[in-house]
Order: sequence, then C-alpha cells, then structure tokens
Amino acid sequence: MTSQSAFFVMMPIRPNAHDELAALLEGMNAAPGHADPQNALVPFGAFNRLHFARVCVLRDNTVGDVAAYGIAPTSYPDYLALLGDVDGSADSFLSELADHAGAGLATLFSHCEGFGPGDDVLAFMRQHGAGAAAAYVNWRGRTMLQVREEAAIREAVEAFLDRNVAATASATPLELHAMLRHFLSDEISAGRLTMTPEAPTPWGWLFANALSAVVPVLLLILLAPLAIAGGVILLLLVRRREARDPEICPRVDPAYRERIAFTEDRDVTNAFSAVGSLKPGPVRRVMSIVGLWILSYAVQHIYGAGRLARVRTIHFARWVWIDQKRRLVFMSNYDGSLESYMDDFINKAGFGLNFVFGNGIGYPKTRWLVSDGCKDEQKFKNFLHRHQFYTDVWYNAHPGLTAADLERNARVRAGLEATSLRPDDAGAWAALL
Amino acid sequence: MNATSAVPAVEYDDVQGIVRFGYKHLTDARYLLLRIADVRAAREWMSAAPVATAAAAATLPETALHVAFTAAGLRELGVPEEVVGAFSSEFVSGIAGHESRSRRLGDVGANAPATWDWGVGGAEPHVLVALFAVPGKVEAFSASLRNESWGRAFSQIASLDTSDLGGVEPFGFTDGISQPVIDWECIRTLRGNKPSYGNLVAIGEFLLGYLNEYDRYTERPLVDPGGAADLLPPAEEDCKRRDVGRNGTYLVFRDLRQDVRGFWSFAQSDDLAGAFVGRRRNGDPLVPAAAGPIEGVEKAAPGAPQNNFTYAGDPQGVLCPFGAHIRRANPRTGDFPNVPSGPIGVVAEMLGFGKKSFHDDLTSSVRFHRVLRRGREYGPGLSPQEARMPPPAHEPPRGLRFVCLNANIARQFEFLQNAWISSDSFNGLIGESDPLLGDREPAPGGRATNAFVANRNDAARRRIVGLPRFVTVTGGAYFFLPGLRALRYVLRVGTEGAK
Repeated sequence: MTSQSAFFVMMPIRPNAHDELAALLEGMNAAPGHADPQNALVPFGAFNRLHFARVCVLRDNTVGDVAAYGIAPTSYPDYLALLGDVDGSADSFLSELADHAGAGLATLFSHCEGFGPGDDVLAFMRQHGAGAAAAYVNWRGRTMLQVREEAAIREAVEAFLDRNVAATASATPLELHAMLRHFLSDEISAGRLTMTPEAPTPWGWLFANALSAVVPVLLLILLAPLAIAGGVILLLLVRRREARDPEICPRVDPAYRERIAFTEDRDVTNAFSAVGSLKPGPVRRVMSIVGLWILSYAVQHIYGAGRLARVRTIHFARWVWIDQKRRLVFMSNYDGSLESYMDDFINKAGFGLNFVFGNGIGYPKTRWLVSDGCKDEQKFKNFLHRHQFYTDVWYNAHPGLTAADLERNARVRAGLEATSLRPDDAGAWAALL
Repeated sequence: MNATSAVPAVEYDDVQGIVRFGYKHLTDARYLLLRIADVRAAREWMSAAPVATAAAAATLPETALHVAFTAAGLRELGVPEEVVGAFSSEFVSGIAGHESRSRRLGDVGANAPATWDWGVGGAEPHVLVALFAVPGKVEAFSASLRNESWGRAFSQIASLDTSDLGGVEPFGFTDGISQPVIDWECIRTLRGNKPSYGNLVAIGEFLLGYLNEYDRYTERPLVDPGGAADLLPPAEEDCKRRDVGRNGTYLVFRDLRQDVRGFWSFAQSDDLAGAFVGRRRNGDPLVPAAAGPIEGVEKAAPGAPQNNFTYAGDPQGVLCPFGAHIRRANPRTGDFPNVPSGPIGVVAEMLGFGKKSFHDDLTSSVRFHRVLRRGREYGPGLSPQEARMPPPAHEPPRGLRFVCLNANIARQFEFLQNAWISSDSFNGLIGESDPLLGDREPAPGGRATNAFVANRNDAARRRIVGLPRFVTVTGGAYFFLPGLRALRYVLRVGTEGAK
C-alpha cells in the first residue's frame, strides 16, 4: 500500500505585491477558481501522484474578533499558501515540484518576503512548510493510478453492458461476473485497460503506523488515573468558559459570499478554505491541542475507508496550526454544494465539529464540548461563511468523480478481481454496475 | 431558560390560509404577477384586500386570496433596507439573483433565467396575488377585485391561469400525495435524534417565528417597537422585539412547462413512465407499504395509504429506482441509516460504525429538507394515448405552476432542488438527473446527465440513455408570504418617512 500525505507551504506576501500576485494566480485558471491543469506556472496535470492542490492568498478577515476578550488584535501578514495531497512522501513531491515547476514557483514566490532572484525554490518551500495537526484521507492507500485505472474499468464495463444488452439482460449476477471477468482479461491483454496490483507497503511505514496506533493506547492505559483526572479537570475548566465565551456569528456581506460561490459547483467536488483564531488562554489552548490530537489519531487509525464518522463526502481535509498555534487553518475537498456539506456535517458529525472547532473564537455556544454548537444551524453557517476565504486556484486530478464514485469503482474492481463471488455478494456487486 | 410548559397556540387568524389549506375544493385558480406602478394606490388596494386566513370557518369558503412580495416589492413599498436585508439572503438576492444560484438550481441552458417569460429584469414581479375560487368563479372573483385603485396601483406582468386535471399532473400521474404534515400542536419533542423517517414536521420549518427542526428560530427581521412595528407580534425568543416574520413564510414559485407528448413518446409504456416517477399512474408507490404507520402520515388522509412507505425494504433500488422522481424528491430517510437499538447502538451509528453497504448514508435526513407543495397545473389534459398521436397545429402549453412554502429557502427548497433533484451524483448515481425535471445539460467537464438506471433482481441493470428534457423552467421568483399583521406593517412602515 502506498500511503497519502499532505504538503503545505505558506509564506508572507510582500506589501504592495498583492495585486500582481492576484493577477498571476488568476492567470493559472481555466475557469473562475479552477486551475488549468496545463497552466504555465504550476502545471498540476503533469504530476501523476497529485490528487488535489491549491494556491491561495490566506487572508483572515476575523483577526479583530479577539477584541471581544479585551485583547488587542495582532496584525498578521497575508500569506501565500500552496498545498496538496499526494501519493507517497510529501517531501519527495516538493522536490518533484521544484524540478518541474521551479521557474513558475519562483515567479510566485518572488512576491513573498525572503525570496530573492536566484534563490532555491525547494529550500524556500522546506523552510516555509507547516505540518498538519491532522490530515484526513478518504481512503488510505488509494493512489491516483488506482483512481484512474478503476474509473477506466468502470466506464469500460458500462459500455460493455450497454453494447450487450441482449446477452446480459437475462444473465444472473454470477453469470454477469464471469462474462465481465472474461471481458476484462481480454481488454487487459489487448492493452486497453490496466489493473496494477497494489504496491507493497514499506516496512518502515508499517512499523511507524503500528507504533503510532499502539503507543498512545498503552500510555493511556498506563496513565489512566492521571489521564482521567486531567481530562475531567480540563472538561470542567472548559465548561466554565463555554457559558461566557462570546458568539460571533453575524451574516457575511452577500457580496463576499457570492464571490466565493462564483467559483463553487463547477464540478461535483468543491474546495473549502477557512482560517480563524483560537480562543485566548491556556485552557482553550490545551483543549484544542488535545482535541486535534484525538482527531489526528482518529483519522489516522480509525477512519480511512470512505467515512469520517458518518460523512462520506470528503476526499481530503487538513487542519494546520499557524502563527505559534494562535490560528488554525482548515482546508478540505468535498462533494456537493457548500450548503449540503454544512448540513451533512451538522446532522451527521455535529459532535465532532463542535469538539474540533468549538475552541475557535466566536463559535456558536457548545455544551460539554460536543453538544449544541453547530446545532444552531444558521449561526454555525454564518460562522463558517465568515471564516471561509477565497481559494484562488484549485486543482482536482479527478473532476467529475465523487468520493462515492471512487468507492464504487473500487468495489467494482475488487469484484472483478475475485475469482468467484458468493451469490449474495454477486447480487450486491451487480447492482453497482 | 425552562422549556415552555404550555405550547402557545398558533394564531391561525394571523396566518395566510394557504399555509394550512390546499384548497382542494377551490379548483379554479389564477396567479397574478404584478409590478407596483403607484405605491399609494397599491397600499390602498392591499389594505382592503380580503386576504384569507388559516382560521377554520364554519363553511368552506367560495374564494380565497393571498398576497406575497418579492424583496424588490418590499423595497418598492418603502420597507426600510435594514428590514429587507434581514430576510434570508436567498430571498433578498432572488431566485435568479446570482449565476451561482442558477447553476445550483439547474437553471442553465434552456432553463436559464435569460429565457424566462417572467422573473427577471423588468419582468420581475413585486407582488403575487393568488386567487382561488370554486369551479368557474375565478374570473368573476378577479373582476370584482379590479377596482379603481387596482387600476392605478399595478401593472400586470402576467396572469397565470391554471386548470383542474382532477388530482392528476399533466403527465398523467396522481399528484399531491406526499406532503409533510405540520406539527401544529407540537406533539414531537425537537431535541435529540430522530432515527427513523417521520412525516410530522416542526411548525418552524414552514412558518417563521416558530421553532424549526433544529429546535431554533430561523433568521428573520426583528424590529424595535414603535410606529408601524407596534402592529407586529412580539418575537417568541425576545419579547422586547417585534417579529416581521412571525406567521409568515417564503413562497417559492417556479413556472414549469411540461412536454407531455415528448414524455410519452419517449416512455412509451406505463412501466417505464412509472419507473421514472416512482409510482404507478394511480399514485400507488412502487415499493410496498411500511409494516406499521409512519408518524404523521395517518393525518394526511386521503392520500395516506399511498404515502405510508419508506425505501428501507428496497436497499438496492430494485423495486423503485434510486433515481426515480419521488425517491429523489423525498428519500424518506431518518437521521440514521440504520435504526439503532440501545444507547451503544446509537453511539456506534453516530461514530459511523454501523452496517456499511455502498448506498447507506448517502442521502441526508429528510426532516431538514421538506417543503409544503401548493402548486396547480395548467393547460388542457392529455391522456398518454392522445399524447402519442400527432400534435395539432396549435399545441397549447401544459405544465405546473410549482409553488412551495418553506421557512429556510437555502436549506429546504434550494437543497432539495440542488442536492436531490438536479444533482448528477445523487445517492451515488452516475450521469443521471431527475427523470422528470432534469435539465439534461451536460455537467461541467462534459459529463452526460441524461441516463436513467433501473436495477433488477438477479439480472443486469437496465440503463436507458438519451432522456430528452421533459420540463422547462419558464419563470420563477422567491416571495415572502407575510402574516396578516406583518402585511399591515409592510403597508404602513413605508408611510412613516425617515426617522
């Protein structure tokens, strides 16, 4: 298995360089907010192991919110953020990126602080990289090669069935399975389809993964009395604050929302980018570190097969600390409209939303970390709209394919790989075709 | 705050009657789309208009009249900008207000607002006057209302007639069976999860100023008392403020033209047409009735027996295709894909550890996405047999004046239209759109949306491609249907001048 990883680099934009940078970013697009895969600066389409990528100006319109706590707002620069999700290691991808798009990246970075003519693009990216506090992958181990091969197989199967209605109409699922296996092996022999077996899992990765799964559990068991006492104290401390923390959820200016909406729903999948500040004080800080750690454990070791709790519409998502853990960036690639994405979360994973985002300034009031909060649906949606920022350039290596499509394609392929199916399974499998 | 012990009674006499009644006996209906020519005359006429209320009368009324406004209409009447701006942003922007909204609603290609008969630019209505009357009486009712002040008040964009096809929509299917039932008596508690599908829905989903399915009040304008605002009821959650939305709701109007001949010449058989719809022509659903009664269905008589079902027994879409119109429009799902047993089961479901088949949990819980349908058909009836014969030289248009009521346009009508009806990836499907309503425009990237798949037991699926467009949008608007006190407020607030 080849695991997926996330890269994220972020550098402050030079004063007065915004307009020129915005024009450059605009020039990378084929449609509003949607990258041209062959654009001159960073031809995303040339990178076979890249799933999603985006380049955007990270601008936070909510830094003033901290004034609600009587604290003078810090002024942060706007950043240029470049991020993506790849098969294999993120660092090796950055080298690849620097090799193939060095000139274009240098043009972009020349608008950032600390990058001069002739500077090394790779070194600059490494210097400005930020690891994700948590990174969700819809299906761990599903590579872009697999995505492409399985999409081609499904389409070929569909075309085969459409061509052979008479022959397949009366076939039982088991007969259908045999016919399609035969068809697939012919297509593979003819070189029209490929079905690359899964690459072996690197031993190092397996070991590290097992360690990161087991060690925290062991520690938790060993330190159970301490952990429980600490947890209870933290919970009570947070509960005291929940009651008095201010909510900041006004509606956004419709023009702000419409500018972002103009880039959305041009594909079955959309990009979401948001930033916000953490509630001040050590209690919230500890709580959010613990919260994101738990989330990170969950997305690494519990959810990695098509679902984040019950949500099936997220391809990749990441939570990144910036500015010494004073602010948090959240970015995701999700299916459907923003409205349905928010509904999906509220109704299916509201407790998780509250747990993770409840430490953000202005979040709708939670109770005991997981209750209420986003159940105040409109306040929550206002909160999200307010923290969302414009994604200048977004790239999706598999437009038109939802996470559910990818899962179905994988199930279709798995069925075709099986030499025999039980009759029940064959029926369910045939219903996917 | 304590839970309210006594449920406040709904002030039926402050609610426009169409929220509570479908007016089945008032088969003669007409919708007048108006622009305000003279504000003073418009106020004068509307102040005297006999707006029907939801209070039950001893005898069935012979006529009913309703009034609703677009955001442009409210502005025209001098409602202050901060009040207009506090209505839902979808209402303020309008159904055709932004390219991204049109894209989400499927109003592209032949459905694009630029092609509409009414709804945009100079043809954007300010006021909707809806008239209902007993058979043959709407013309006289309409004439009786056109007094001298009407003449000065309005210029008419369109008078949309309707026809009574006897409970059947133009394609020939019994319609209006599935409707949510408003929980007027607040029987249900709103806290907590509702694992299974129910048909009883919180008042706040259909009327502003009441608790919605999230146990919250939907955003709407609240104003300080004084002047015209004293006409308004207080807000339930903040008695110091007056509620402009209370007892009002949003009325979504979409004018849909139906190609009945195209539909039947493509479908040919009742079987395929029924698969498109998800019901037989007599209204019977393609899936069997649920074992027990579904909460709220028994109250929806007389359609109850045909509405007492879910798709739980048809997980592969064999009896009723996943893409069938009624399965898209109402997937009949509860909050959980599987009804859990016991607290551990609930936690397991919440964390996503329940049973995992490909289709489960792909559609949302429907209770947050219901709309109350109040539309009427237009054009002469045409039987499937007639529809397959050559058309006459002058074919009259046929279709549906689709009208629905909801308190949150984004979460109810727009969600339903976007994520369920027009989506080409609804419920994991590929390349399909609603077999009746789909615009068939290729999705971005050129993906087709004109297929339809019916799964079969123990056999390969039946996939049909090349569905033509059967329905075209020819107009539309978002209206605010005010409560009666709010109507008086709207008519007075603009006369008070700048404060």
